[in-house]
Amino acid sequence: MKISGAQAIVKSLEYLGVKDVFGIPGGATLPLYDALADSKIINHYLMRHEQCAAHAADGYARASGKIGVCMATSGPGATNLVTGIANAYMDSIPIVAFTGQVPTHVIGTDAFQEADITGITLPIVKHSYLVTDATDIPQIVAEAFYIASTGRPGPVLIDIPRDIQQQFIDYHLIEKVTLPGYKPTIKGHARQIKESAKLILESKRPVLLIGGGIITSGASEEVFKLATTHRLPVTWTLMGKGGFPENHELSMGMIGMHGTKTSNMAVQNCDLLIGAGVRFDDRATGNVARFAPHASIIHIDIDPAEVSKIVKASVPIVGDARTILKALNEYLSEFEPKANHEGWLSQIKKWKKNYALRVPRDKILKPQLLVHTLKKMTAGMEIIVTTGVGQNQMWAAQYFNMEKPRHFISSGGLGTMGFGLPSAIGAQVAKPDALVIDIDGDGSFQMVLQDLATIACYNLPVKIVIINNRYLGMVRQWQQLFYKGKYFAVDLEKGTPDFEELGRAYGIRAKSVKEYSQLEKSISEMLSHEGPFILDVHVEKEENVFPMVPAGAALDEIIGGEAK
Amino acid sequence: MKHTISVYVENKPGVLARIAGLFRRRGFNIHSLSVAPTENAAYSHMTIVVDLEDKPLEQVVKQLHKLINVIKIHDYLPEEVVERELALIKVNASSEVRAEVIEIANIFRAKIIDVSRNYLTLEVTGTEDKISAIIALLKPYGIKDLVRTGKVAVARGQATE
Repeated sequence: MKISGAQAIVKSLEYLGVKDVFGIPGGATLPLYDALADSKIINHYLMRHEQCAAHAADGYARASGKIGVCMATSGPGATNLVTGIANAYMDSIPIVAFTGQVPTHVIGTDAFQEADITGITLPIVKHSYLVTDATDIPQIVAEAFYIASTGRPGPVLIDIPRDIQQQFIDYHLIEKVTLPGYKPTIKGHARQIKESAKLILESKRPVLLIGGGIITSGASEEVFKLATTHRLPVTWTLMGKGGFPENHELSMGMIGMHGTKTSNMAVQNCDLLIGAGVRFDDRATGNVARFAPHASIIHIDIDPAEVSKIVKASVPIVGDARTILKALNEYLSEFEPKANHEGWLSQIKKWKKNYALRVPRDKILKPQLLVHTLKKMTAGMEIIVTTGVGQNQMWAAQYFNMEKPRHFISSGGLGTMGFGLPSAIGAQVAKPDALVIDIDGDGSFQMVLQDLATIACYNLPVKIVIINNRYLGMVRQWQQLFYKGKYFAVDLEKGTPDFEELGRAYGIRAKSVKEYSQLEKSISEMLSHEGPFILDVHVEKEENVFPMVPAGAALDEIIGGEAK
Repeated sequence: MKHTISVYVENKPGVLARIAGLFRRRGFNIHSLSVAPTENAAYSHMTIVVDLEDKPLEQVVKQLHKLINVIKIHDYLPEEVVERELALIKVNASSEVRAEVIEIANIFRAKIIDVSRNYLTLEVTGTEDKISAIIALLKPYGIKDLVRTGKVAVARGQATE
């Protein structure tokens, strides 16, 4: 029996186990949506902006470990996806984006709603396809899912002209994909693993640095085993948060620009740095020339192009982080762990005590206190936190401790303001029973607030906590510290709506908090409310994120972070 | 420093754009690039001469490898590879200098592929240096038009065995 190209897409998605997709239809995807309407398996979530559809797919992928799927029509629909695709690319998140395209015979004529989306997205996709024959659809969709989710994951785009969606074909299942030019390395090199083991056993001042690759590969257990067996102090990048339990005595907190002083001092003074699933981003390393100056570096990553791209590795191991760490743990189990770095551990303990992140004690609405209180009141609950970008994100990263992977969802590489709300939508769809909290900024939130409609429409019980300082806070902080306090274009006081009223307009319960005395009560109200909730907290306007390593400085050149 | 890499790619639409885009985005400079199908029509071969100013060759090769359509890459040392370039040179050859131009062509084993009253068109093949040398010699006569293919390269038999 012949089916249409559009039906072939839906059938392929069903076969690949897709349950949820996020999108907005349009002229060039009418056939696709017609076929999607008949699917009994796939739920389509109608968004209010395509960028949010891509971010929702991204959040869905991060929360579940599955592939996120988004859809948009040709032209502006497709170009609206661009930020979301770039975000997924920078953080290596598996999403597959479907875009409609104008019919084949008018491609290249500047037809209505035509945009060269495969061309536009070339530098921000892992791979992309422009379908020119519907017969290829089952193969292309299977390849796209395989490429998106294997190796170093990333976004794949499939652009399908409208006439191709309407072309009738004989559908055939694709069970196995082999690509001649794509064979990710999974197993680490045995000799390199032995070499690493030797360095670990000999090290007097080791540090284990974990990144997003640990979350992606599901390596948390192996990280835990390695760290606890050999007493390795652990730090993480923003992307690695949750890869190791943050309340553990070996945890030092986040590395980098707004990392803990303990982590940064430890990295600068260690003699061995084991970087697992990290890419040594500039926000993590500070001044690269002066990064970890005394350390041998073991670099574990699945992408060979990351090895020695920024930081020269003494022992590079290319492959899947979990597979490599498992092999490393197995090999190390033949040796007695050496207890030769007690002095180092007590040094770190001392730093941890002296440089612990401060929770303000005065009873005023400081953002740190808000996040701290939120964490305290949700202790023991299954919580997924998403964030905006800027100060709100850093406070969430600093003060909302995480014990498990895939529970902290944040835009790391691209730093996309507005990521918090749509990624929370995706996370909530992926994990309907989890308590999803978007810790957002008033600036970030206002970039995507139209998608409150999506939350209202599907009654997704997302909790939105707005750290509201009526500023583009991080920009203001930089203007204060590095531009002589000349504030320009950062004040959001005028024009920002009353978020309580806004919530009401969308039929979403909302509460503004302006006094410290109302904070705990309001958080309780939010947590006991079954549906979505906006908690708008008016915090101290000019609070800064500290500690801070200024751009271009070495990690031990830290502003703030001392104990009182 | 210039370095020659040989890249086998799937012969699919957009592959050249992916490779050119990658070079631009990562800040690598292409000195010359030649591309044509191989004996198997499913694949194309590219000879890319990269101008390595501050980016290490290793990064260029690794980033190229990440493209799904790239099948294999060879990065040869200069002594491991045979390289040729072809140039078509249309040079002024009015009656008083025609003999001299033909003599130069003969020395360089260039073929005369077109003749008109005032011009000769030469086809010359060789290494980059040889091409540059004949161009320098012909320049005083007046070069009307010049087209070079850019380098193509293949590994010496010895390097393959």
